Order: sequence, then structure tokens, then C-alpha cells
Amino acid sequence: MKKSQEEQLENQDIEIRLLIQAIYDKYGYDFRNYSQAHIKRRMLNRFHLSGMSSISQMIHESLINHKFVDQLLMDLSINVTEMFRDPSFYKAVREHVVPVLKTYPFIKIWHAGCSSGEEVYSMAILLKEEGLYNRTQIYATDFNPVIIKQAKEGIYPISRMKDFTLNYQRAGGKASFSDYYTANYESAKLLDSFKKNIVFATHNLVTDSVFAEVHMVVCRNVLIYFDRQLQDKVIGLFADSLTGGGVLCLGSKENLQFSGYYDNFDGLVTGERIYLKKYKV
Amino acid sequence: MTPARKYNAVVVGSSAGGLNALKTLLRNLNRDFKFPVIIVQHISPDSENYLIHILNDLKRLKVKEADEKEQPQPGYAYVAPPNYHLLVEPDQTFTLTVDERVNYARPSIDVLFETAAEAYREHLIGIILTGANNDGSLGLKRIKEMGGLAIVQDPDTAEVDSMPKAAIQACAVDHVLPLEEIAAFLNSL
Repeated sequence: MKKSQEEQLENQDIEIRLLIQAIYDKYGYDFRNYSQAHIKRRMLNRFHLSGMSSISQMIHESLINHKFVDQLLMDLSINVTEMFRDPSFYKAVREHVVPVLKTYPFIKIWHAGCSSGEEVYSMAILLKEEGLYNRTQIYATDFNPVIIKQAKEGIYPISRMKDFTLNYQRAGGKASFSDYYTANYESAKLLDSFKKNIVFATHNLVTDSVFAEVHMVVCRNVLIYFDRQLQDKVIGLFADSLTGGGVLCLGSKENLQFSGYYDNFDGLVTGERIYLKKYKV
Repeated sequence: MTPARKYNAVVVGSSAGGLNALKTLLRNLNRDFKFPVIIVQHISPDSENYLIHILNDLKRLKVKEADEKEQPQPGYAYVAPPNYHLLVEPDQTFTLTVDERVNYARPSIDVLFETAAEAYREHLIGIILTGANNDGSLGLKRIKEMGGLAIVQDPDTAEVDSMPKAAIQACAVDHVLPLEEIAAFLNSL
């Protein structure tokens, strides 16, 4: 590799590290243990769109321009999600987790990293169909307040409903999915009845601690963005939150195999990354 | 003759027609091929990863889905899972993400190639095979910028020639080879 290329790459990496450090020092959002390759792609993407002359200029801008920081936080949020994403997962929840939850008189669920809420409402629909929703409390959290606001609204582009409906059916949904939202030309709004037992709140998995004891934690496709050390810390957080026998649901490419908390859990549906917290280790 | 260079990994991108092309490529690689092969084949998001079974049946390299945090090893070919981007970290381990599609694709060839280019620098070989779009062109360009080696399947031998053609236009590739000859070339390195 040419010397100039090598130096450019080195400088770019340093600048991005400083940008991430600046966001942490100034605003407390900590991306220092995120996948470096991921962070770099997102930040370079923003850099090319921003028209700024250097990443160093982005650092300065992030310190003085709150709108720009909001933009960066949006770039660093994981906002690709769908209702009933990975239908086989929801099918497994229906078949294997619902019987567990039915044994509880009252059910508390923490959906961590819920993004714009599609998967939270999916769970609410499933629980309603299984007759459990009225005794369930869902805490749905994300670090990004802008996204939490969107999630709370529960309004999605009508163009996405076709895919959501297909997912719902594949997930074993038997009802007519269109009964669950009201539609106008552009958007579909989830029925308010699905919102009544959901509390949306900001919570940062990286910097915040346990806030409730729950029977089920759902955190899908969040841990893949973290390095091993942060993954372990967050799985520890989930282990501390769950009651004995509680259910942990991860994304389809996430597993506990390399975690220091591996022994704290038994597999329930390992293919779908659904685990049960042991009563005793 | 350019002085011999040491390579540490091969990245391969394929799209339409890719299954047959990958079979040809892997069938002809030596069983003791020295570098890990990392593959992005465009694939439907909800498909089972049948590609892995088919490529494993060739009984050459061991073929598996790329796991997050995994460190690629010689003797193995890794395939990006459907509906996830595959990235290589600076420490040469895999990351999977569910970010937006790139070039309408997830996994995207550009995402793998660009991150691998920086992770392996001049020790990387990038190969673009058959396909009907231009994913991989920017990534191959990045591999060249970082000093790696760029190989493109001869468009005349490609089931669909747009992807190899786009790659050839995007950068000064080192070798344009008929599909059947790519493995032999890699074996000789």
C-alpha cells in the first residue's frame, strides 16, 4: 500500500475515534465499544453527505450544533426493523414461550433497543391473540429519544403493511392483520388498544443500569453491534433483570456461547436464540 | 514479474448466476488452499442458507455461515448470512449488521469489500463474479487503493455480465480471467 494511503487511513481512524470520544464526553452517549467497522461506515457516510471538509470539522460541529448531534445519533441508531421480523421467531414465541408466560399471574417484559417500535407492537399483538396482553406490562426502551417518540406514535408508512402482513401470516397469525391498524393514504396507525400496556422510555444499555425485574427480555440485533466486552456487560444486565425461569430472546445471529453468562441460561429454542434464566447457577 | 506478495484472505462477490460460478470456483480450489475465502452472494432475505450445503457438498474447503466475531481461518469458506451485512473489523474478525440495504442488497458486496480492504490492506484478494448490478465495484476499487489484488471474472464467461463489467470500469483490475481459470490462479499464489 502506498505511504500516502496508509497515512490517510490512519488519520481517518484517529479522527473518527476522536469524534466518538467527543460525543461521549459532551453528551454521554458511549459508542466506544461498538463495532469499529460499522461506526466508521456510518460516520464516513455522514461525512460525505455533510459537505464538510474533514472529520475534524464534524467533531467541532458536533460540539456546537445540537441538530448535527441529533443527526449523528440517528446515524448511529439501528433503525432497520419490521413488524414480525423473522417470522419463525414469533412462531417459536407463540409455541414455546407463551406456555411459560401463561404460568405467571402478571407478566413484565423488557424490550431493549426497540427502535421505532415495530417489534414491540408485534409482541403486543401476539400476546393479545394469546389472551395475555391484559396482564402484561411492556417496557420498551431505546437510547435515542427521537426514535422512542416515533415508537410511541406507532405510525408506519402504508407501503410497508404488505410486508408486515406477510410476516404476520408466516409467524402463525390467524386474524386479519388489517384489523389491527387504521389506515389513510400514506400511513397506518396501530390501534391504541395495543399501546395501553406499553411504556416507551429512553434507556441506554451501555451506560444505564437495571431498572426493573422482568419475566422476559427481548433484545434482537443490538448485541451484534457491540464488542465482546460490551456484549457481556449487557447480557449481565439482562441476567440481573430477569427473574429465575425468565425468558431471554436474542437476534437470530446472536448467541450466548461465548458469554461469561453462558452458564446462567438454558436453551429453550436455541435455533431461535430463546433462552431461560436458570433459577440457580 | 512482480515480487511475491503475502496474502491473508480472499473476498468474493457474486449475484445473479453466482451459485454456478461459486461452485466452479470452489470445486477447483486446492483442499489445502492457504487463505480463508469470504463470500457475499446476493440471496433472498428469507432463504435458508442452502448455498452452504451445496458448496460443502463439493468437499473442498469447509463452508460455513460467517458468525459474528469469528476470525476467518485457512481451509474455510465463509458465506454471509441472508439479510445481514458482513463486515471485517480492523482486528480481522467478522461483524454482522442489519443496517439499510446497500445497492439494494443485504448482504452487500461493497460493505464486505470496503471493510475487508482496510482490515487486510495489501494482503487481500478481491474477486467479482457474475451478476446483474454494480454492487462490489466501489469495494473492489477500495481494495486496489489499499494495495490489494483485484480479479474480475471475464464478462464473456459470466452468466450475467453487468457486475464484472461495472467492476472493470471502476478500477484498474489486475486480472480479468475466465471463470475456470480463477481457481488455478489462486492456487498458484
